[in-house]
Amino acid sequence: MVAVSEQTYKTARTDTRRAKPFRFDPLFAAATRAAAITVLVLLFGIMASMIYGGWPAFRAFGLGFLTGTQWDTMNDVYGGLPAIVGTLSTALIAMVIGVPLSIGTAIYLTQLAPAWFKRPVGTAVELLAAVPSIIYGMWGLFVFVPLFAAWFQVPVSSVVEGMPIVGTIFYARSPSGLGILSAGIILAFMIVPFIASLTRDMLDQIPTVLRESAYGIGCTTWEVVRHVLLPQAGVSIIGAIMLGLGRALGETMAVTFVIGNANRLSASVMDPGSTIASRIASEFNEALGMQMNALIGLGCVLFFVTFVVLVIARILVSRVRQY
Amino acid sequence: MSMMTVQDAPSAAAADQGAKVRIGVRGLDFYYGSFHALKNINMNFHDRQVTAMIGPSGCGKSTLLRIFNRIYSLYPEQRATGEVTLDGRNILSPSIDVNELRARIGMVFQKPTPFPMSIYDNCAFGLRLYEKLSKSELDDRVEQALRKAALWDEVKDKLKQSGMGLSGGQQQRMCIARTIAQQPDVILFDEPTSALDPISTGKIEELIEQLRADFTIVIVTHNMQQAARISQYTAFMYLGELIEFGPTTKIFMEPQQKRTLDYVTGRFG
Repeated sequence: MVAVSEQTYKTARTDTRRAKPFRFDPLFAAATRAAAITVLVLLFGIMASMIYGGWPAFRAFGLGFLTGTQWDTMNDVYGGLPAIVGTLSTALIAMVIGVPLSIGTAIYLTQLAPAWFKRPVGTAVELLAAVPSIIYGMWGLFVFVPLFAAWFQVPVSSVVEGMPIVGTIFYARSPSGLGILSAGIILAFMIVPFIASLTRDMLDQIPTVLRESAYGIGCTTWEVVRHVLLPQAGVSIIGAIMLGLGRALGETMAVTFVIGNANRLSASVMDPGSTIASRIASEFNEALGMQMNALIGLGCVLFFVTFVVLVIARILVSRVRQY
Repeated sequence: MSMMTVQDAPSAAAADQGAKVRIGVRGLDFYYGSFHALKNINMNFHDRQVTAMIGPSGCGKSTLLRIFNRIYSLYPEQRATGEVTLDGRNILSPSIDVNELRARIGMVFQKPTPFPMSIYDNCAFGLRLYEKLSKSELDDRVEQALRKAALWDEVKDKLKQSGMGLSGGQQQRMCIARTIAQQPDVILFDEPTSALDPISTGKIEELIEQLRADFTIVIVTHNMQQAARISQYTAFMYLGELIEFGPTTKIFMEPQQKRTLDYVTGRFG
C-alpha cells in the first residue's frame, strides 16, 4: 500500500516536471532586478522633478535664494536664509542636547544598569523611537511649550536682558514658548532613541574580554568607557550621530507645531523661526506660481544637505568595517 | 572531601614548604547565581614560580583565576566566599580597592586585547593611570616592558602605529608588555595561547619562563604539554574541586589520585 502510493507520487512528480519545462530562475531574477531599478528610477525621478520645479526660483534669485532674508509672497521675492539657518540651528541644538543624552543612556544601559533595570529602559528607548512625530508635535505644543514659556523663557529672559551676546541669544521678545530652541529640544527628544539604541548595540558588540582587560589593568568604569570602549566604538557612534542628524534636519510635523513659523531671521533662539521643512509644510497648500517654485527650491536645498550628511555617515560606517 | 584529599596528598604538603607564599586560598567557594562552581578550594601559590591549572572544560580553573583580580565582581550575580590572601591581606574583603588590586595583579586573556590606540599608548596605559612619570621615565618603562615581552625589536620603529595592526602573537606579547609595564606582583594567564599558532605559542611559553624571575605566575591551560613544559607547580581541577596539587613533575610522573592519572595520561577530559 505504502509502496504503491510512493510510486504514484514519484510518477506524478516526474510528470509535472516534464509537463512544464519552465524555468523559474530567469523570471525571479527579472522581478528582483525590476524592484531594484524602480528604486533608482524613483530616486532620480524625485531629484529631477525637484530640480525642475525649483529651477524658476533658482534662476530668478540666483545665489540670493540662499542668502536672501526676505520671504515676501505679495511681491514674489523669496530668500531662503531664515529657513536654512532655522534648519541648521534647530539641528545643532538637537545635537548638543541629544548626543550627550543618548550616549549617556547607552553607556548606562550597557555598562552600569542592573539587569532588572536594563530591559524596561531599553524597551522604553525603543518605544520612544516608535512614537509618531505628530505625537511629539502635539505634546510639544500643548504640554511642553506653555511650561517652557513659564519656567524657562520668562525667568531666563529677565536674567539675561541687557547682557552682551547672551542677552541677544537667549532673550525672548514675546515669551510664547514657541521658537527655535523649543523646536531644537523637541528634536533632541526625537533623536535620542535613535542614537541611544544604535550606540547601545555598538557598545554591546565590543567583546567582553576587551572590557575585562581594561578593568584588569585597574581602570575605573569611567576610564574604561573613556579610553577603551568609546574609542573602540568611536567611528560607528559618529555614524549613529549622523543618522540622527539626518532625521533632525528633515523632521517636519513636530517642528512645524512648536517653532512658531516666523519668516524673519532673529539672533535669539527664543524667538519664533522656521525650518525648510516647516516652511514647506505650512505654505504648500496655498502656494501658487513662483512661491511654489521657491518652496520646491527649498526642498532641493534640504535634499542636498541631508544627502551630504548621509554620504558622510556611509563613508564613516564603511571605514569601521575595514577594521 | 576535597580538603581531605589535598591535605592527605604528600605532594601538596611538600609544595607548601619552600618558596614564599604569595597567594593563599582557604576554604574558597564560588557561585554563579545558584550554581556552585568552586567547592572548598585550599592551595598556595608561590613567589616567582609558575603554577599551572589544568582540568577539563568547566572544571573551574578559569573561575579560580578570575577571583584573584576580583574581575568576577563586575558581575553582580557572581560571588565568592572564603579567603584569598595576597601577601597576607584578604582580597575578598569589601574594604579592598579593586582597582588598585587589579593594578597589582595583571591578567592576560585568551585572545589578544589591544586597546584602540598606538602600541606605545597601549603599553603606557596602566602607567599613566597609576604613576606620575616624566616623558623620559615613561619611555624607559615602555621600552623595558617591550624588551621583557620580547617585542621591542619588532615594534621599536612603529611605536606610534595602532596596536591593532600587529599579528595575533605580537598583539598578545604587547598585552603582556602592557601588563608587566605596571610591575605587578602576580600575572594571571588565562589560556594565553589558545588563539595563537604554534610558533607564537612557543614564543609566549619562552617568555613566561623568563618572566618567572620577576613575577609570580598563574596560568590556566588546556594544553597539558604546555603545563608540563613551563610550570613548577600544577593543580588538577575537576568539577569545581581541586583534585590534586603539587610539583609539576610529581603530578605528571606519579600522581596520587586516580582521576589525575587518568587525565594526564589522556584517558578522559
